[in-house]
Amino acid sequence: MSGRLSPRNAFVAGVIAILALVPVYAEATGNTFMVSLFTRIVILAIAAVSLNLIMGFGGMVSFGHAVYLGIGGYAVGILAKEGIDSGLLQWPLALAASALFALAVGALCLRTRGVYFIMITLAFAQMVYYVAIGLDRYGGDDGMTIYKRSQFGGLIDLSNKMAFYYLCLALLLATIYIVWRLVHSRFGMVIQGARSNERRMRAIGFPTYRYKLLCFVCAGMLCGLAGALLANHTDFISPALMHWTRSGDLIVMAVLGGMGTVFGPVIGAVALLVLEELLSGITEYWQIILGPLFLLVVLFARGGIDGLLSGVRRG
Amino acid sequence: MADALLEIKDLSKRFGGVVASDAIALAVPQGELHAIIGPNGAGKTTLISQLAGEIAPDAGHIRFAGRDITGLPIFRRSQLGLARSFQITSLFLDFTVLDNVALAVQAHAGHSFRFWRDARSQSELRTPARVALARVGLAGRADVVVSNLSHGEHRQLEIAMALATTPRMLLLDEPMAGMGPDESARMVKTLRELKRELTILLIEHDMEAVFALADRITVLVYGRIIASGTPEAIRANAEVRQAYLGEQEQRHG
Repeated sequence: MSGRLSPRNAFVAGVIAILALVPVYAEATGNTFMVSLFTRIVILAIAAVSLNLIMGFGGMVSFGHAVYLGIGGYAVGILAKEGIDSGLLQWPLALAASALFALAVGALCLRTRGVYFIMITLAFAQMVYYVAIGLDRYGGDDGMTIYKRSQFGGLIDLSNKMAFYYLCLALLLATIYIVWRLVHSRFGMVIQGARSNERRMRAIGFPTYRYKLLCFVCAGMLCGLAGALLANHTDFISPALMHWTRSGDLIVMAVLGGMGTVFGPVIGAVALLVLEELLSGITEYWQIILGPLFLLVVLFARGGIDGLLSGVRRG
Repeated sequence: MADALLEIKDLSKRFGGVVASDAIALAVPQGELHAIIGPNGAGKTTLISQLAGEIAPDAGHIRFAGRDITGLPIFRRSQLGLARSFQITSLFLDFTVLDNVALAVQAHAGHSFRFWRDARSQSELRTPARVALARVGLAGRADVVVSNLSHGEHRQLEIAMALATTPRMLLLDEPMAGMGPDESARMVKTLRELKRELTILLIEHDMEAVFALADRITVLVYGRIIASGTPEAIRANAEVRQAYLGEQEQRHG
């Protein structure tokens, strides 16, 4: 990622500028739905960026990443239901629960490779999904409304749509920055080396397992944060938060946008969700259009949309 | 033999009915360049893999620098100073040449739970990496992505990476495989320089190189050592000539 104003960097700056100006535009036109749509986009972009940390940089293709959206969301929802509505308790719990789950699952999954890794991450995610269905007290299959958003004293009022949007956007930018630092640090070099050639990594003296495990936990925590945000955004939690198709959506976002760079998944999230919105307005069968589009990107633009812009694979 | 850097005792490994290592006993003293030769399928690479820790032996012991390493994982052996290069090139193909070597340096520069500073800007990683590259003659190729290198350059990079881990001993698995005469000659020159400061276990099919470099040679056939001695002794050994060298000469006409 060079500091130059390449077409790609200009595009990235443009995307960020658009994201920053969405509420202004919505205010001017009175289109409040747009803020809601983009809040969702920004939150899912956090999840996609976190998935890309393990998938794009670490080569760990997790097909159960949405489980952390669920864990983060349920941490907020369950505490709210029990009368604890302080965000300062809810959000750290969402992160801690995600981290613990990632630690346990990662410790097992990371002993496997390839398709097995994909299937086991999926299996664990589905397990939590069915546990959530069984939680009758918290809505079971139907889900549960959250009547009060996370409270942060007088610091910020999350029920203010603008304030909430900008908080989400700030957290997305923070996530991007953290992941960017991570992947370029010594730790990140180990993670990328393990993706490229794990056998060689061990031969030159790296105990790769513990680095990959920590990376897996970091990604889980960041996605758990997205889950806490999503629950606040929709004022609702249900097992659908972590349905396996949503894990698939996150993978599509990362692949569509470009797995080689930190910012790629953001482009993917915007592209996928905006297209979904536009196409579903045209036809009920919007997936028929989106599917081939995705196929074209996979076939002809290995680096995703981001790769098309920069012309190089990794930055 | 008490001061041997590497000592192998009764090392045995079978794969089903195939005996890959048959009670191998070998001692390599500090500073020696020890070559292992033998026909294809003699179990040379299996032996190196057991030394490096990729394959667990069925029986026997490996001692390195005075301690039993038979049960140690790969990365621990590397940390003790045992470095291997691979017969089939095993590199980080999507990284630059310098990144490859810098990773090897980093592996031996303390733990890597360092999350913030840009690893590519750290001179304590980049400088030793450049030194290792210069030693194998790749200094000018530092910023090239590895997948764009020639085969010979891949082999040189293999050595540079092994060197960058500041090893006490190199395990080299056919460093000259697939090289042209010029590249081979350059590799022989590099190995001759390394030999002055490192103990080396070399597997190689290029007999000219082996006899030019080795202090001692061990001949492995069907997993068993049939002879071990100075190059002169091996050249004169009738059993070796029959089992291996003769066969080679016939093949090469």
